[in-house]
Amino acid sequence: MDKRKEIFPHGIPGHNLGEIEREIPNDEPPAWPINDKLKVVGKRIRRNDALAKVTGSAKYTSDIQLPGMLYAKMLRANVPHAKILSIDTSKAERHPGVRAVHVFTSDDEGSKYQDVKYAGQPLAGVAADSLDIAKEAVALIEVEYETMPFVIDTEEAMKEGAPLVYEEPIGEQTDGGDVGVTHDGSEGKGNLRGPTTSSFLGGARGDLDQGFSEADVILDRTYRTQVHTHVPLETHGVVIDWKPDQMTVYASTQSTKGVRDGLASYFDLPKNKVRVICEFMGGGFGAKHSAGTFGPMAAELSRKSGRPVWLMLDRKEEHIAEGNRPNSIHHLKIGAKKDGTLTAIQQKSHGTAGVALGAGVGRIAQGLYTCPNFSTEQYDVLTHAGPGAAWRAPGNVQGAYGLEQAIDEIADMLKTDPLVLREKIDPSEVRKVLRQRGAKSFGWKYRPPGSDTGRIKKGIGVAQSTWPRFVNLDSTVEVKMYSDGTVEVRSGVQDIGTGTKTILAQVVAEELGLKAEDITVRIGDTIFPDAPGSGGSIVTGAITPPARNAAYLVKQKLFNQVAPQLETEPSMLTVSDGMIMHKEDASKKISMRDALRRMRTGQIEASASRSDDYGGFQQPWGLAYGDLGSVQFAEVSVDTETGFVKVERITAAHSCGRPLNISQIESQVNGGVIQGVSYALYESRVMDNKTGHMMNANVDQYRMPYAKEIPDIDIVLVEEYSARSSTDAYGIGEPANIATAAAVANAVYNAIGVRLYEIPMTPASILKALNKVEQ
Amino acid sequence: MNRFKWYEAKSVEDALEQVNSTVSNEVASRTGNAAVFKAGGTDLLDLMKEGLVEPKTIVHIGNIPGMREITADLDESVRIGANVTLAEIEEHAYIRDRYLALHQAVASAATPQLRNMATIGGNLAQRTRCWYFRSIDHKCLRKGGDTCFARRGENENHAIMNNGTCVSVHASSVSTALMAFDAEVIITDGKGEEKRVPMEEFFVSPGEDATTENILRANEIITGVYLPPVKDSRKSYYIKQGPRKSYDWSIADVAVVMEMQGSKCTEARVVLGAAAPTPLRSRPAERTLTGKQVSASVAVEAATAAMERARPLSQNAYKIPLFEAIIREAIMEIV
Ligand SMILES: Cc1cc2nc3c(=O)[nH]c(=O)nc-3n(C[C@H](O)[C@H](O)[C@H](O)COP(=O)(O)OP(=O)(O)OC[C@H]3O[C@@H](n4cnc5c(N)ncnc54)[C@H](O)[C@@H]3O)c2cc1C
Repeated sequence: MDKRKEIFPHGIPGHNLGEIEREIPNDEPPAWPINDKLKVVGKRIRRNDALAKVTGSAKYTSDIQLPGMLYAKMLRANVPHAKILSIDTSKAERHPGVRAVHVFTSDDEGSKYQDVKYAGQPLAGVAADSLDIAKEAVALIEVEYETMPFVIDTEEAMKEGAPLVYEEPIGEQTDGGDVGVTHDGSEGKGNLRGPTTSSFLGGARGDLDQGFSEADVILDRTYRTQVHTHVPLETHGVVIDWKPDQMTVYASTQSTKGVRDGLASYFDLPKNKVRVICEFMGGGFGAKHSAGTFGPMAAELSRKSGRPVWLMLDRKEEHIAEGNRPNSIHHLKIGAKKDGTLTAIQQKSHGTAGVALGAGVGRIAQGLYTCPNFSTEQYDVLTHAGPGAAWRAPGNVQGAYGLEQAIDEIADMLKTDPLVLREKIDPSEVRKVLRQRGAKSFGWKYRPPGSDTGRIKKGIGVAQSTWPRFVNLDSTVEVKMYSDGTVEVRSGVQDIGTGTKTILAQVVAEELGLKAEDITVRIGDTIFPDAPGSGGSIVTGAITPPARNAAYLVKQKLFNQVAPQLETEPSMLTVSDGMIMHKEDASKKISMRDALRRMRTGQIEASASRSDDYGGFQQPWGLAYGDLGSVQFAEVSVDTETGFVKVERITAAHSCGRPLNISQIESQVNGGVIQGVSYALYESRVMDNKTGHMMNANVDQYRMPYAKEIPDIDIVLVEEYSARSSTDAYGIGEPANIATAAAVANAVYNAIGVRLYEIPMTPASILKALNKVEQ
Repeated sequence: MNRFKWYEAKSVEDALEQVNSTVSNEVASRTGNAAVFKAGGTDLLDLMKEGLVEPKTIVHIGNIPGMREITADLDESVRIGANVTLAEIEEHAYIRDRYLALHQAVASAATPQLRNMATIGGNLAQRTRCWYFRSIDHKCLRKGGDTCFARRGENENHAIMNNGTCVSVHASSVSTALMAFDAEVIITDGKGEEKRVPMEEFFVSPGEDATTENILRANEIITGVYLPPVKDSRKSYYIKQGPRKSYDWSIADVAVVMEMQGSKCTEARVVLGAAAPTPLRSRPAERTLTGKQVSASVAVEAATAAMERARPLSQNAYKIPLFEAIIREAIMEIV
C-alpha cells in the first residue's frame, strides 16, 4: 500500500498542543484539525435513535414478534452441586400448549447429563404457545439429583479438602470480552487456578527484595471487594427462527459477531447460515458477548418445533446465571522512599468467578505508576456459584480499589497530600493535566484524615485509573450513497446504548460535509461487514476510522464523476455544507444532491477496514498501547452515629483522545461514576453458604442507587491528540467506572480517619470501623 | 405466576363469603383451592411471582364501597378505612397535624408509586421480607418448615430482639408509628361483627406460631384502623433508616410519642421497627422517659434502655448503635 506523509495535531490543547508528521496509507483522508475547527465531530449531537427510544418505537429483542412464535422457559437446577440421575419431561410434553422440550445432555462417558455445578444452572427448556404455559410445563419436569458437597465462600474453597468444582483441568470458561485471564485454567491445585503472573505489559520486573530494602516505608495490606452482578435493564435473551436455509437470531448482545460465531460453531453451521440482529440494546456492561446457554437452547427448541422461539431471561435468572464481577482478596505490599518514589510493588490476589475463570485484578498495579520492581500472582478460585463475566473494565476496578487506597495510605505514612504524591510517581502526561484541571474544578484542598468535627463528617478523596487503548483491526464499515441523495453507513457493529450509531453518523457527515441527521446508520446485523464486540472500550477507536475512511473513498468516487462536469480535476474538489465545490474557484460548485442525482449508477459505495495505528504503536496482536486516563475526586459525608455514607459530589476528569460527541461521553462518565458509587456503597451479591442460593436475586434487595443516592457529577474532559488514526478517537465506557470506588473509599477514610478495607461500605461496616459495634 | 380467577367483591359480606383462606395459611400449607384477598396487590403479587402462594381465586376488595375513607369522630378519634392508600394518609392534613409520626412513617415507606397502590389494610397483613422466607428454595419456619435459615445464615437485616425462633423482622414500618399512637385494628368477621384489636395483640410472635404474623383468620377482614384522639400536648416523631435514602426497607425505625407538660414527659410510647419479628414497644425506654424532664442525657438513657435486651445475631450487632442513635434523635426532635 502506498503511503504519504501528513501533518497531524498532536498533544493537549492548552497544555502542549503541537504537530506531528505521520506516514499514512494513501487511501486514507488527510488529518482533521482539532475539534474547535470541525462542524459535527466533537459537538453535542443528539442521539440519532433518541426519538425511537423515548417514544417506544425502538424494538428491543424482547419486543420481537414473529408469525407463529413460541415462548420458552428454562428449567434451572435448585441445588448447587449434584449428579443428575434422571430428567423426566413426559408430563411437560403432555401439557397442553407445549410445542417442544429440550434437555441439555453431556458428551462425557458414563453420564447422560452435565453435572450441576451451581444453583441456577440451566438443565432443560420448554417452548410453548405462551410464556405462562412454558413456565407451568417447566414446573412439571422432574429431576432426580444425587447431591454432592459444595463450597460457596472463596476462602473456604481455597482450603485443602474443599469440595472440588472441577476434577479435571479446564479451559477458559468465560463469556468472552476481556476478562483478564492470561492463564488457561489448566494449572492449579484444588479449586485454585493460575496464577497469572504477566499481562501484555510484561511479567515481573526488577528485584523485589532489592526494592523493599531501599524503601523507607513499607505498606502491607489486603483489600476486599464483593461479587457484583451486571443488572442491565434488558436481560439476556434471544428470539431464534431456525429455517432450513438460515438461522435468524435476534439477540440482546454486545457482539453480533460473537453470537454468530458461537452458534455457528455450536451447531457446526457455516457462518453465513447464521444471521444475528441487534438493532437496539438495553445494556450489557460486559456480560453479553456470547450466545450463552439460552442461545443454543432457543435454537434447539426452534429446530424441534419448526417455529421461531422467544427466550428472554427473568431478573432472577439474570442475577444468578448471566455473569458477575468476581470478588477480590487483593494483597499489596508496596515500598516507597521518603520522597515518595516507589521502590517495589508485590501483588497477590484471589477471587472467584464461580464456575468460570477471570477473577484477576487487572493491570493497574503493574502499569499505573513508575516502579522498577514489580511482581504479581493472581489466582482464580473456583466455587459453586454462577459464572463471572467481563464487567466494565474487568479486573481493573477491583485492582484500582486496592492500589489507589494503598497509594493513599503511603501518602498518609509520608504525611503528604495524596495528589502531590501522585504527581511524583505518575509518569503520564495526560493524567498530569487531568489532575490539574480536575483538582481546580473540584476545589481540592487537602485536609488531614479525621479532621472534620461533629456528627456528620465530610471527607475528600482522589483516585486514578488507566485503561489501555485497545484496537481491533477486524472492523469494517461500508458507506453507500444513493442517487436520491441518501447516505447510509453499514456495519455489523452494535450500539449497546453508548451511542455508536450516532458517532458513526457524525464522522461520516463531517467527511462528506453533511449534517449528522443526513446519515442513515444501519448496524447490528451480521449481514453487514464484521465489526468487533463492544468490549474493552474498543469500538470507537476501532470503527470510526474505517467509517471515515470509507466515506472518504466514496467521496473520491463521486468527485471522479463530478470533476468533468465542473471542468476540473477531482483533487481540486472539496465539500462543505452539502455542496461540492472547487477549492479555489467558488463559481464551480454543485450540491451533493444534484451530484448524486446525476450519477451513472443508482448508488456508489466503498468500504474500509481498520488499518494499523499511525506511528507504529501497533502490537502484533492488534493492541495499541496507550493510556485512557482518569482522575476522580470524591466528597462524602459520613453520619458517625448511624454509619450512613452519602457521596456528595464527584469530579471526574477524563481523556479519550479526540472526543466525538460530548453529550454521549458525559453520559458514559455519569453511568460509570454511578456504578462506581454503587459498587462502593450498595451492590453486593448475597449468597447463602449453607444452601448455595443467591438470596437477593432481584432489584429490591440487590441494592442499586436511586435518585437520592446519586452524587453531583462534574465532568472535566481533556482533549488529547495522538495522531494514530483518521479520527484519533477512543472509547470511554470502561475508564469511566474504574477509579470511583477507590476515590469514595479514600474520601470515607479522610472523613472518619479510619480505613475500611472492604466494600460495600454499609452502615454495619462503618459503625464497626468506628468501634461502635460490640460483637 | 399461576393462572387464577378474579372475583370483584361488592361488599364486606360478599368478600367474606368468597374468601376461604389467608395468604399465611397458603404459604405454609397449600390447599390448591384458595381464595384470598387482594387490595393493592403490592405484596400479594410478589409472593405469587415467587410461587410462594398459588391462589385459585383472587378476591379483589379494592372497590368495596365505604372502605376507602378517613373519618374523624366527634371525640376526635380517627378511623382510616382499610383500603385507604399510604399516599392518601400521607396527604391527609389532619393526620399530619395530629399524628406527625404516622405521617412521617407513611411518607418514608416504599416509593411514591407503591404508596399510590399500597393500602393500610394490606400493609398490616403483609408478610416479612426476610430473604429466606421470600425464596421458594428455602422451606423455613414461617413456611411450615423446621429451620430458620437466617439464624446461622445471612442475617444482617434481621431481628436483634425476640429472636429465639424465627429471626425475621416485620415488614410494616407504618405499624411502628400506629402502635406508638395506641392504634387498633378494626376487624370484621363473617357474621358481620366488628372488633377492635390493639396493635400489640394483632401481631403474633413466631414463638406462638411462626406460620403467621398476625391473628387474622380466613373468615376475617380488616375494615379499618382506629386512632385514639390526641391532645395538643401529645408530641411525636418518627425516624426510619434503610440502607438507601431513595427507598428501602427499614433496617431500624422508631416512633416516639410523648405526652409533654413543658419539657416533662408524663407518658411515653417508644416503638421499634425492624428490631424484632413484630413491631415492638420498648417499655424500658418508655419507663426511662416517663416522669422526667427530657434532656439529651435522658434521651441517651432511654436509648440505652431500649437496647438492653438486644441479642444480636452474627451480622447485625450494628443495629444496636444505629437504634440508639435514631431513638436519641427522635426524642430530641420532640423536646
Ligand atoms: C418495594 C417495596 C417497598 C416497600 N417498603 C415499605 C416500607 O418501607 N414500609 C412499609 O410499611 N411497607 C413497605 N412496603 C409494603 C407495602 O406498604 C405493602 O406491600 C402494602 O401496604 C400492601 O398493601 P396492598 O394493598 O398492596 O396489599 P395486598 O398485596 O393486596 O395484600 C397484602 C396482604 O394483605 C391481605 N389483605 C389485604 N387487604 C386486607 C384486608 N382488608 N383484610 C385482610 N387481609 C387483607 C392480602 O390477602 C395479602 O395477604 C413496601 C413494598 C414494596 C413492594
